[in-house]
Amino acid sequence: MISEQLLYSLAGIGLFGIGLRATLLHHMLLPRLLALNVCGAGVFLIFIAIAYGGIEVMADPVPHALVLTGIVVAVSATAMALALGRRLEALNDE
Amino acid sequence: MIELLWSIFDITLVLLLLTLAWTTCSTQDVKRAVTLFIAMGLLLAIVWARLKAPDLALAEAVIGAGISGALLLSAIKDYPATTMVSHRSSLIEGIINSLTLALTILMSWAVWHGLNMSDGIRLSEQVFSQLPVSGVSNPVTAVLLNYRAYDTLLELAVVLTAVLTVLTLNEKRADYESSSPLLQGMTRWLVPLLVVTSGYLLWVGAHAPGGAFQAGAMLAAAMILLQLAYPSRRPEFNNYLLKILLVIGIFTFVLVGLWMMSLNDDFLAFTPAWAGTLILIIETAATVSIATALTLAYLGGRPRGWEGTGREDTNRTSRSITENGGAG
Repeated sequence: MISEQLLYSLAGIGLFGIGLRATLLHHMLLPRLLALNVCGAGVFLIFIAIAYGGIEVMADPVPHALVLTGIVVAVSATAMALALGRRLEALNDE
Repeated sequence: MIELLWSIFDITLVLLLLTLAWTTCSTQDVKRAVTLFIAMGLLLAIVWARLKAPDLALAEAVIGAGISGALLLSAIKDYPATTMVSHRSSLIEGIINSLTLALTILMSWAVWHGLNMSDGIRLSEQVFSQLPVSGVSNPVTAVLLNYRAYDTLLELAVVLTAVLTVLTLNEKRADYESSSPLLQGMTRWLVPLLVVTSGYLLWVGAHAPGGAFQAGAMLAAAMILLQLAYPSRRPEFNNYLLKILLVIGIFTFVLVGLWMMSLNDDFLAFTPAWAGTLILIIETAATVSIATALTLAYLGGRPRGWEGTGREDTNRTSRSITENGGAG
């Protein structure tokens, strides 16, 4: 059980690292947003991996609720960032 | 034997996930990056199912992969350049790489250390011991709408704020060209199915995986599909009604909270006997609001005639009326 927790936590950290690196490297908004979302997915994965308790045991529901909130907030934040970017683009064109 | 198979499955899943994340972040083509991101979302949904988080698997498949994907795909055309060459100098790139690597190693050590320590106090025991008086039997719904109802209320406020920002900044994107009859035909079958599924998810959330967020996102998906299949034949929404739908979730939530405050001296402290009904009422209103919010977020700005009192807008409306009159 601990090995699965460890495997998926490390995968989450890997996602976080990949996302963070790309967020810092990219210049354009859209790729940066994608990278930031990958980064967030990594954080969610760490949460859920730690909540997992084995195949017979019920997983801890508190991190599940937190991550569910996180997913919805992430998509709202992405929509807001896209709108800001679009406005900036329109202002630059004028 | 079974354990070995599980291990192979786990390792394959993790490697696939990391590969997809890496290619999403490093590909030079924006369109391809978005497509890979959607694929990664679907894979994440499988990971959530594997880690016994079916509520999340549903949410990720609908919101993380579906709505985000539609949002990002429609945003591609806002940007003139489709390539994403990075212009950082090699020194900066080296610094970023080494810092990220250091942070990753540090975090791995922290997690490894944390997992090897004794299993600390888990909140899950308290969650399960209070479940009979929470009004629902799905522990995730109980956490979201009873124990931590405050968080969910504020989350709805976050969603509303984000959508208001979107609506303030831009006009709605230009419609797509008319779509093929094939998509229209499929939409006729799919939309009723999506609406029914959304209602089912809302209802079933009390005792099985599902709930307001999944249901709301499913409803939004139906609306987006309609918008894609019939871009020109969109009925003129009554914008006043749309505004009410956007805030009805948070309004109902606060109203129930205040009512409970007058009875139990605490904001959102549900009376156990009514908890189930109250949660269902809040969730129904929240579903409508979330669906409206996500659909408006996908449109990327104000629909036509959003500012009912704006002078420019009134002019435009009156002109279109006269034009219509002239044509008739």
